Amino acid sequence: MSNVTGIGVSVKRKEDKRFLMGRGNYTDDIARPGMTHGYILRSPHAHAKINAIDTTEAEKAPGVVAIFTGKDMAADGVGSVPCGWLITQKDGSPMNEPAHPPLVVDRVRHVGDQVALIVAESLAQAKDAAELIEIDYEEMPATVGVASAATGPLVHDEVAGNLCYDWEIGDAAAVAEAFSKAHHITKIDVTNNRLIPNAMEPRAYIGEFDKGTGEYTLYTTSQNPHVIRLLMGAFVLNIPEHKLRVVAPDVGGGFGSKIFHYAEEAIVTWAAPKVGRPIKWTAERSESFMSDAHGRDHVSHAELALAEDGTFLGFKVETTANMGAYLSTFATSVPTYLYATLLAGVYKTPAIHCNVKSYFTNTVPVDAYRGAGRPEATYLIERIVDKAAREMGLDRVEIRRKNFIPIDAFPYQTPVALQYDSGNYFATLDRAEDMADVAGFPARKAEAAKRGKLRGLGYSTYVEACGIAPSAVVGSLGARAGLFESAVVRVHPTGGVTIFTGSHSHGQGHETTFAQLVSETLGIPLENVEISHGDTNKVPFGMGTYGSRSLAVGGEALMKAMNKVVEKARKIAAHVLETAVEDVDFKDGVFTVAGTDKAMPFAQVALTAYVPHNFPHDQLEPGLEEQAFYDPMNFTYPGGCHICEVEVDPDTGVTQVVGMTAVDDVGNVVNPMIVHGQIHGGLAQGIGQALLEECVYDESGQIVTGSYMDYAMPRADAFPSFKVDNCVTECTHNSLGVKGCGEVGAIGSPPSVINAVLDALLDVGVTDISMPATPAKVWAAIQGAKTAQAAE
Amino acid sequence: MPTVSMTVNGKQVSGEVDARKLLVEFLRENLLLTGTHVGCDTSQCGACVVHVDGRSVKSCTMLAVMADGASVTTIEGMASGETMHPMQEAFREQHGLQCGFCTPGMVMSAVDLVAVNPDPSEAEIRHWLGGNICRCTGYHNIVEAVRDGAARMRALGKAAAE
Repeated sequence: MSNVTGIGVSVKRKEDKRFLMGRGNYTDDIARPGMTHGYILRSPHAHAKINAIDTTEAEKAPGVVAIFTGKDMAADGVGSVPCGWLITQKDGSPMNEPAHPPLVVDRVRHVGDQVALIVAESLAQAKDAAELIEIDYEEMPATVGVASAATGPLVHDEVAGNLCYDWEIGDAAAVAEAFSKAHHITKIDVTNNRLIPNAMEPRAYIGEFDKGTGEYTLYTTSQNPHVIRLLMGAFVLNIPEHKLRVVAPDVGGGFGSKIFHYAEEAIVTWAAPKVGRPIKWTAERSESFMSDAHGRDHVSHAELALAEDGTFLGFKVETTANMGAYLSTFATSVPTYLYATLLAGVYKTPAIHCNVKSYFTNTVPVDAYRGAGRPEATYLIERIVDKAAREMGLDRVEIRRKNFIPIDAFPYQTPVALQYDSGNYFATLDRAEDMADVAGFPARKAEAAKRGKLRGLGYSTYVEACGIAPSAVVGSLGARAGLFESAVVRVHPTGGVTIFTGSHSHGQGHETTFAQLVSETLGIPLENVEISHGDTNKVPFGMGTYGSRSLAVGGEALMKAMNKVVEKARKIAAHVLETAVEDVDFKDGVFTVAGTDKAMPFAQVALTAYVPHNFPHDQLEPGLEEQAFYDPMNFTYPGGCHICEVEVDPDTGVTQVVGMTAVDDVGNVVNPMIVHGQIHGGLAQGIGQALLEECVYDESGQIVTGSYMDYAMPRADAFPSFKVDNCVTECTHNSLGVKGCGEVGAIGSPPSVINAVLDALLDVGVTDISMPATPAKVWAAIQGAKTAQAAE
Repeated sequence: MPTVSMTVNGKQVSGEVDARKLLVEFLRENLLLTGTHVGCDTSQCGACVVHVDGRSVKSCTMLAVMADGASVTTIEGMASGETMHPMQEAFREQHGLQCGFCTPGMVMSAVDLVAVNPDPSEAEIRHWLGGNICRCTGYHNIVEAVRDGAARMRALGKAAAE
């Protein structure tokens, strides 16, 4: 059985049929009895004082049930939307953490800031009424770009210089020493472009209050319902957990953007008892653009010190990061512990120092988006490595090999806090070069040249840290929560099993992958396993899904709980088979007694557990259900090599990705089909960042890219078919040997694309290009290089 | 309020609707056919694609009253009982979906592609799907699924003809 549905098999997904037949249950599909519709009136200004809000006419509009403003919430003592990670600045003081009211009271700080909630019988009526609300805005100058944030108008009056924190990591003295001995120093300035996550399902919430029981229910498009229950219940609305149920049903993609506790969740939950009916709010896509947390938005200067032979001696980095107008749940951790701790990359650079300054701006809050900090680190490293090789006349692959952390150096302690447990960067590079047919590249380049096209090849060799996260480690770094995971294994009397996991699937296929773990471990058919997730009234506790943690943390919790089940079942079998527990073996779903023909299948043990007519009650309790919590010892460290091949049309600047190869070491693989699917999706988001996507604000703080007409979402014709494979080094500190695969595609790929573009443009004299490398930008760079050459 | 009547998934339906009600809202709210999704407000994403009189249409670009008298098929109408349409089956076989949100629109669009082009090339599939956005799959397996679905539909058509 295990060879058909167990670990390592590309089992087709259990969840697919309901999605394919239109039977999914997304939040916006839910209609509660008596439900009303909420519309959130948002700020049209990036920065303004609100002198007055007049809702008189709107309240009289047809169908309106109630209208609420920030004053109503403030009068009710509603708290600030909290940030989950406290950064301690380099001078030892805590970061600046201004209040984030769910509905603003007298000042808006970004386009899209929440000003009022209109509740009506229909959404159309709520929107009609919103048009009748009179708001006296007094516009204020805005701080928009992060590069000028330090000197811009104050986003929060109490935060001087708009500085959230000034933080550092690494050994500045050791880096200075390394630079003093350098044969060559390569310098680079890069911008990691601001992105909008764009899960295809817009955020949606239903707030509900049961007058009879006093229980609140929030249906939410969340990646982590228990975290929302904790943050919203304890910090914003003061509702105890036993009176607050949070349900995240089918969720249509997240990519990080649905981790965070959003103001609208608190708004509809708070307002539900006031109107006495459920309230549904669903974001329109244009609202998503101005209210979902954005991603990336770093500006960095880096310098790499090298010895004459290309050995890396030291690396120093200065980064400014955009927090947006308020601190989103994990915002502060992204440019610090998820970024600067990765600056060693796959290299044995002995001295590293990084200074990060994060600023408030009058833009949408910025937080984790697929990869979160690690793509920014990878992009910086892999760009400067290519640049250094070019400047020194060294081969870009050889300089990587020369500086790779050797295979025998694991566990490897980096100079920036992390200890990589395992990896083999040579193996993934070799395999990727083979799959990408690097040897055949010169011929392809020559053939392209005949067609007037510039062909380029780009590399990225990367490592990331995921399986977030060891509670002790993150706690010492400022996380205000532990990041363990829990699982409950409930064996039913007739042998079926329900798993309650704190992980949450919003496309990752847990219902299949986790069922495979159960099938393999307990030796039961896949169809006898049900995975339950996303409901705080069903799952005892959970920390949710982000940071590629579901299998490496949630899966381990499940394994731990199953081990407890097997141990108890072994006792039951021993009792029934009248033998010592030590003599009972369990294999392929059957308990056997060594040296005898006595056997008892798992399902029979399950039934016995629930009809325990003669259990020795002082030694054996009835029932077969176990819970386990798993807290990892360390992060996990997937790594690999991405090779991109592009063709640039010099006449138009259009770049076409003609080859994308990814060889990733994500540890052991439970379902190769699902893992490759995750990598495909990550690659698409990485290529999207490199060539297409950018959130653009104008100087006044208006979002220029506020719809799919303006924001370049990758379409099917943006990509070739991908070549994907895995090499395996096992994670050394979890039982499955797994590392996580959700983010690797988005982390590794962007620099491979840009390095390929620059490789293609080398012959025409272009040496730098920023993301996204749009046709206009590429064309202008080519023209600029031509002009410069003509002038020489 | 105007009254509309149409055939949806083979059943005659009618209802009073606000004149500004979109077809997708009529399907989701009045008929509770929530398999058709809304992913944007500019008719770009394609999550709401249904068939109107046999051709794929973004049901967010059409008022409910414009579909008066039409025959509409949604994702719920594609299977025969519990047996999925060959294109649905191909999406499952090829792992052409992850979160499932864009999937109904993708399937409806793909079936229309095969109706006009029974054996589409990879480039033709990628071009055709320009009006359907997926954020999860990178389109790789969707392309595989459409190709596989087209082959299954051709085989079925051939079998029916014989």
